[in-house]
Amino acid sequence: MRIELVKRPQSSPLFSALSPFLALLLTLFAGAVMFLFLGKNPLEALYFFFIDPLLETWSLHELMVKAAPLILIGVGLSVCYLSNNWNIGAEGQFIVGAIAGSILPVMFPGFQTWIVLPLMLLMGVLGGAAYAAIPAFLKARFNTNEILVSLMLVYVAELFLDWLVRGPWRNPEGYNFPETRNFHDFAVLPEIWPDAGRAHWGIIFAIAAALVLWFVLSRTLKGIEVKVVGQSPRAGRFGGFSRARMVIFAFLVSGALAGLAGISEVSGAIGQLRPAISPGYGFTAIIVAFLGRLNPLGIIAAGFVLALSYLGGEAAQISIGVTDKTARAFQGMLLFFVLACDCLIHYRIRLTRTVAARSTEAPAGHA
Amino acid sequence: MDATLGNRAKALLDVRGLTKVFGALKACDSVDLTIGKGEIHALLGENGAGKSTFVKMLFGALEPTGGTIYWKDQPVAISSPGEARGLGIGMVFQHFSLFDALTAAENIMLALNDPAPLATIAARAEELSHTYGLPLDPHAHVGDLSVGERQRIEITRCLLQDPELIILDEPTSVLTPQEADKLFETLEKLRSEGRSILYISHRLEEVKQLCDGATVLRQGRVVAHCDPRKETTSSLARMMVGDEVPHVDREKPAAAREALLAVRGLSREASHPFAVPLSDINLEVHAGEILGIAGVAGNGQGEFFEAVSGEVLQERANIIQICGKDAGRKDISGRRLMSAAFVPEERLGHAAAPQMTLSQNLLLSRYRTDALAFLARLGVVRGRAVGEATKRVVSTMDVRKSTPDPEATALSGGNLQKFVIGRELDRAPQVMVVNQPTWGVDAGAAVRIRQALVDLAKNGSAVLVISQDLDELFEICDSIAVMHGGRISAPIPVGEATYEEIGLLMGGSEPGQNPRPPVEVV
Repeated sequence: MRIELVKRPQSSPLFSALSPFLALLLTLFAGAVMFLFLGKNPLEALYFFFIDPLLETWSLHELMVKAAPLILIGVGLSVCYLSNNWNIGAEGQFIVGAIAGSILPVMFPGFQTWIVLPLMLLMGVLGGAAYAAIPAFLKARFNTNEILVSLMLVYVAELFLDWLVRGPWRNPEGYNFPETRNFHDFAVLPEIWPDAGRAHWGIIFAIAAALVLWFVLSRTLKGIEVKVVGQSPRAGRFGGFSRARMVIFAFLVSGALAGLAGISEVSGAIGQLRPAISPGYGFTAIIVAFLGRLNPLGIIAAGFVLALSYLGGEAAQISIGVTDKTARAFQGMLLFFVLACDCLIHYRIRLTRTVAARSTEAPAGHA
Repeated sequence: MDATLGNRAKALLDVRGLTKVFGALKACDSVDLTIGKGEIHALLGENGAGKSTFVKMLFGALEPTGGTIYWKDQPVAISSPGEARGLGIGMVFQHFSLFDALTAAENIMLALNDPAPLATIAARAEELSHTYGLPLDPHAHVGDLSVGERQRIEITRCLLQDPELIILDEPTSVLTPQEADKLFETLEKLRSEGRSILYISHRLEEVKQLCDGATVLRQGRVVAHCDPRKETTSSLARMMVGDEVPHVDREKPAAAREALLAVRGLSREASHPFAVPLSDINLEVHAGEILGIAGVAGNGQGEFFEAVSGEVLQERANIIQICGKDAGRKDISGRRLMSAAFVPEERLGHAAAPQMTLSQNLLLSRYRTDALAFLARLGVVRGRAVGEATKRVVSTMDVRKSTPDPEATALSGGNLQKFVIGRELDRAPQVMVVNQPTWGVDAGAAVRIRQALVDLAKNGSAVLVISQDLDELFEICDSIAVMHGGRISAPIPVGEATYEEIGLLMGGSEPGQNPRPPVEVV
């Protein structure tokens, strides 16, 4: 007895479209089972996890705060993944973007004019892009494995941030807490509707970035280049596209967007640098990118779904007393089910008995 | 025992009413076919006639919609290639199912289901391949091998399973006459051992020489069972395509004019251990001329194509000249802008990206030369203009497809080949370089492609055709040069060349090779 995955001659377009929704349903079901084992009422738990956060204006604002970095990073990653560049280090690019963008308000707190914020955003973008350029350059020049390099650079970035906020950038008036000084008013990304909640301009950047990249990927030659080089490198070379240039391009775009996400988060949602500024946005965005089927419009929707899982985790912690790690469990299950659905759309499972077993059966029939 | 049963008792394989329906399309419509023990049976038909569907059902790769397969008088349901192999059916695919990253022996081991250690399998494979005259190096990586060498792995892998029925899909399309002769000897040896062979080919002369019986398919139906030895090639061709096969129509060229493509002292070191280094290649292709380059697979054709097309640059600009201007330091787009066009050997994955639509694939090789027509500001694609050009190519080359703008992978080999050639012809290039223009393409499409190349030359372009198909080169070229071991011989005008001479050059002029007699043109 052996289990085989057999490629389907053609995959169903209907199920390809349905796959993210199926994955969501399956995740909810598996989540209910998980809550059951935790000794909670599964329906009540799911309600607090996924419905309750949508019922209050302030928490809808929180949803946008959390969705903004996920979408920004996710659309950047889609360019990488479509072009077959496996950037796993968006978390690091997010952090370096946040650090680079914070140079002005932290080191020059006296410099306070309207130009500070645009400069911060620009420096965040450049910081993220520069950090992504490291694995890109190494891959393009020396053919290193970008998965390993980009992933390991995440830890470098995290430790560097940790050192900064405990050491040179620690707030001199902060009672030795490992934090930088609070950003001054000119360094804070404004809220969109200050009276209603905390949603800041990050979500607008995110949606704008998604729309622009959607247009680029679906309507321009660059989009064709990204996909050809990703799917079929030899055909790309035949078309005159350079693989090395595409590696650099994809990493710079995704690094820049991750950096923008980082500085937007620090400047819009946190207001200072701390040892931990991200609950794993850079990694969760990988799920966002795949749940959105690497399509920037899909990624907007997927970003909100994953943002909800963060909010739900916090809410469920308070209301039903489960750990906020359940949010990570949900995210993991979601990625698992997305990939599993895609796998079963492209392949079918077949149980085969070995040929030997079959041939011993045949004479038995005659006897 | 009645007569039919007695008749069937001799049959190794008897297929009754085999049908396969894809949606609205009947790819196979109640096909009957009988193969006796020790018979070489031909399956003939144009691309899209249902040959591949039919053999995929025999080999368990597709599930039939209806009909019965009798194997040694027992009805069998073959639900996987593993089961087919278990019964004693082996298959050599036209598009090889080999892993590039593994060695020949590892690929063989994967398919064998045999717990023997790799070294044993490698030794057995090497021995068997030599016995049957298909020598292979079991430790070579498949990715580094030519198409012809990959085929040897497939055939050896198939023979190692000791099959009673061997299905061969277009086996000679990648071979030289000498290699094909060797293969025929192999096949006859197999026949004398009592094995049966289902032989798919569009080379009718071969089928006449080799096969004991033939089944002709057209649009999924059997149009004839016949004895090919009693037919002429044109009567066989008529059965396949339904009416008279058009013949390539070629006029004598005018006296040679200016050289539009010149290669001067091209050398290239091997880029990886198994690549063929090129040494001191010189040639000129003049306006209105078709120059053919014959040669066995794996003698540097791929490396030569990459160098001429600009996928790999030369160290000096004057090594390649296009329309009299130095092009050696220009990339492929730069050379296209000098009015050169290129069609590589692999259709899927090189000439076209499999998962992209035809119109996107059109853009792939023409976004620079036709930038004004196809691109608006900021690189925005003008969908309508690209779509119209695609339609033009499709109708000029008679590309058959099921949806308006399908993905490249949805087209059959012949239709995709017509498309990638038509895509370049649509630009009316001054210089056209084609590698294996009709490999694995059915007779009708091949004639169309050859005619298009001849017409292009007639209109004053220079055409360089790299091909392993000598019949093709003799049919369309003005002169033929031979590539062997990374060198190219001086071209011989086609009027003075013989199959024997070219065949010997292809074998590196080594004595002892037995060239195929010239094929009569009907």
